[in-house]
Amino acid sequence: MSEAIAYYPGCSGLGTSKEYDTSTRAVCAALGLSLVDIPDWSCCGSTPAHTKDHTLSAALSARNLQLVSDMGLKAAATPCPSCLTNLRTANHRIEGDAFKAKVNKLLDDPYGGDVNAISVLQALVETVGLDTIASAVRTPLKGLKVACYYGCIMNRPPELMAFDDCENPMAMDNILTALGATVVPFPLKVECCGASYGIPRPDVVAKLSGKLLEAAAGLDADMIAVACPLCQMNLDLRQGQINRAMGTSYRTPVPYFTQLMGVALNIPDAEIGFGQLNVDPRPVLSKALSGAD
Amino acid sequence: MNIINLTRDHDEDFVHRVEEESGQKVSLCYQCGNCTAGCPYTFAYDIPVSQIMRLVQMGQKKTVLSSKSIWLCATCESCTTRCPNNIDVACIMDVLRHMARREGLAAVPQVKTFWDSFLDSVRAHGRVFEMGLLINYVTKTGRFWTDMDLGPKILPKGKLALKPHDIQGKEHVARIFERFDRESNS
Ligand code: SF4
Ligand code: SF4
Repeated sequence: MSEAIAYYPGCSGLGTSKEYDTSTRAVCAALGLSLVDIPDWSCCGSTPAHTKDHTLSAALSARNLQLVSDMGLKAAATPCPSCLTNLRTANHRIEGDAFKAKVNKLLDDPYGGDVNAISVLQALVETVGLDTIASAVRTPLKGLKVACYYGCIMNRPPELMAFDDCENPMAMDNILTALGATVVPFPLKVECCGASYGIPRPDVVAKLSGKLLEAAAGLDADMIAVACPLCQMNLDLRQGQINRAMGTSYRTPVPYFTQLMGVALNIPDAEIGFGQLNVDPRPVLSKALSGAD
Repeated sequence: MNIINLTRDHDEDFVHRVEEESGQKVSLCYQCGNCTAGCPYTFAYDIPVSQIMRLVQMGQKKTVLSSKSIWLCATCESCTTRCPNNIDVACIMDVLRHMARREGLAAVPQVKTFWDSFLDSVRAHGRVFEMGLLINYVTKTGRFWTDMDLGPKILPKGKLALKPHDIQGKEHVARIFERFDRESNS
């Protein structure tokens, strides 16, 4: 069992991306990665905070990093790339003493800057490792063709995120390959899906996410695996809106990569949570898997 | 097409402030256009991001801070990743919205309202309460909820909690916002 890592689910993990949270917890437990909840964690401020002010944004993140430090832990993992960016940006900016002083002025308990933040994806690849994942597979995903979509900020900018390749990331591709799936080379891996503009500018999301659905269909992928709650929501929940706006008729399942890991590791259905998605991946999945020998 | 009088409108102080607040040297930009080529939002922008960079260099404060582009930038980090001069362009876009806010400008008001509703929710509950955020946004913009058709898709699955998940330390979070307000008004 590796050293414990603090777990920061992010606000959407309690709501619109519940199934990402439950599948992440179940998969990490099955692989011996010990995730410890951060007591009374708060919102990182997400995009709205950094578009308003960088000190405010860093303070909202730093409150959580300090809670991790209070737990005696040195690292926090989050499934959400948007939370991850904020936590890492806060750490990066408070390396400057003047900025750090401004942030700590906003906090009840000052943050020392000693907690690293990584993605759950990174923890799975680096702490658990692909070999361990491969040997834990009970139901190989043979016959399933997957496009892996990382979203725009999981690996960018590279100096800040310090993980995987910024133009052609492979971490999720490698995990899905270890599970026995066929991964198609997806050229739009790091293109933006329309981010948080779904509510104020749904037309923008329809165009950008529409391109992603089109590219995946063009490669004959059975589904698009994702690692970001916002990408998932845009591609899956808004797929009907996109189809209406673009005159298309896609029904492409968009599961979290942790849900597909759950299938391969024989995690109970309730924790995988396919029923929580808009386009249910199960019919396509069972068809693909039964076609294999 | 807007005609800009470059000499008359040149505001050198604006250039310095952008550089100071972003920690970037805007003079390093040689207008290669890489940022615009990779920007997924160029189709929705009124001014492409490389032209925003040029206008910042030229001290065109009013044109830049009144642009729609700065409110539509998703901080996707494509420009920052691909700029040959290592300029953190996305950070400059962020800083430009901070400045626009301070000048009372928001060329895409519904985006600002959405972000403000989000932060109000965090301030009140310590975490964002998605349902409350939506109601707040609809009330403030006076728009009918454009996502009404999504409701039935998430509500029965219990995804949009009807009650906020308040945290115990929500006063700590509220105090972060209060101190921030005090600092920015002092
Ligand atoms: S990529 Fe960099 S150098 Fe090229 S136009 Fe954009 S900001 Fe200027
Ligand atoms: S960060 Fe903003 S300006 Fe830069 S490429 Fe992305 S959307 Fe365009």
